[in-house]
Amino acid sequence: MSIKRRIILKGTLVGGAAVTSGLLNPRFAFAAWPENTFNKTNLNDAMDSLGVTDLSITNDITINAPDLAEHGALVPVSITSSIPGIDKISILVDKNPQPLVATFELSNKCRGYVSTRIKMKSESNIIAVVQAGGRYYSNRKVVNVAIGGCDE
Amino acid sequence: MAENTIKIRAKKVDGITHVKTLIKHEMISTIHSKTSSPHFIQEVNCEHNGDTVFKANWGSSISRNPYLSFKFEGGNSGDSITINWIDNTGDTDSLTTTIG
Repeated sequence: MSIKRRIILKGTLVGGAAVTSGLLNPRFAFAAWPENTFNKTNLNDAMDSLGVTDLSITNDITINAPDLAEHGALVPVSITSSIPGIDKISILVDKNPQPLVATFELSNKCRGYVSTRIKMKSESNIIAVVQAGGRYYSNRKVVNVAIGGCDE
Repeated sequence: MAENTIKIRAKKVDGITHVKTLIKHEMISTIHSKTSSPHFIQEVNCEHNGDTVFKANWGSSISRNPYLSFKFEGGNSGDSITINWIDNTGDTDSLTTTIG
């Protein structure tokens, strides 16, 4: 083995060790993918698993989604809120086989806004849950779905 | 590792950086997928100058070829924005661009 190859090998080992020991992790302590929350099959279990307690319903969360989605495979959803100090925004669809669709973790630089596209099995509520300062806020919007979109 | 799956547009308007991203991925559902096993992106990390500013945890009911958009303060024109994703099979991709 040439000296050059040894140096490269050594560098790889050190780099690998840094990753596994967490030295290269980002500064914010973002959570690992919460499998046990996503695999819940009804809304209450998913909410419990998210740690939701004392949910306050508020109009300070705006859910922008169509009243009628032509195809449930692609439903655009935007969540906007001016609640200060938002840590997390979660999107749930109560009639989906697995109600939790997504959880977004926001650093303190972020505005209370997220936009994405989701699948919906049938007519259902889209529920937004905002976690800010250890409290939970929610709002919901009914979306009709012409063709279900969970078979994809 | 997947390649060329990410498109990013990051633009600063009135002090707020608006990041929009499109990712090419089939996003096959966990339940009710008749022909194939589940295959979906689980995590999307969004970094500004190397620090995570926003993270998405996704289930399989995010639509095929996912779209994601968020807004943050403190970005400047020319700063780097990096998006990386990992799916349930361990496949990943990453792209860095600059704020326009």
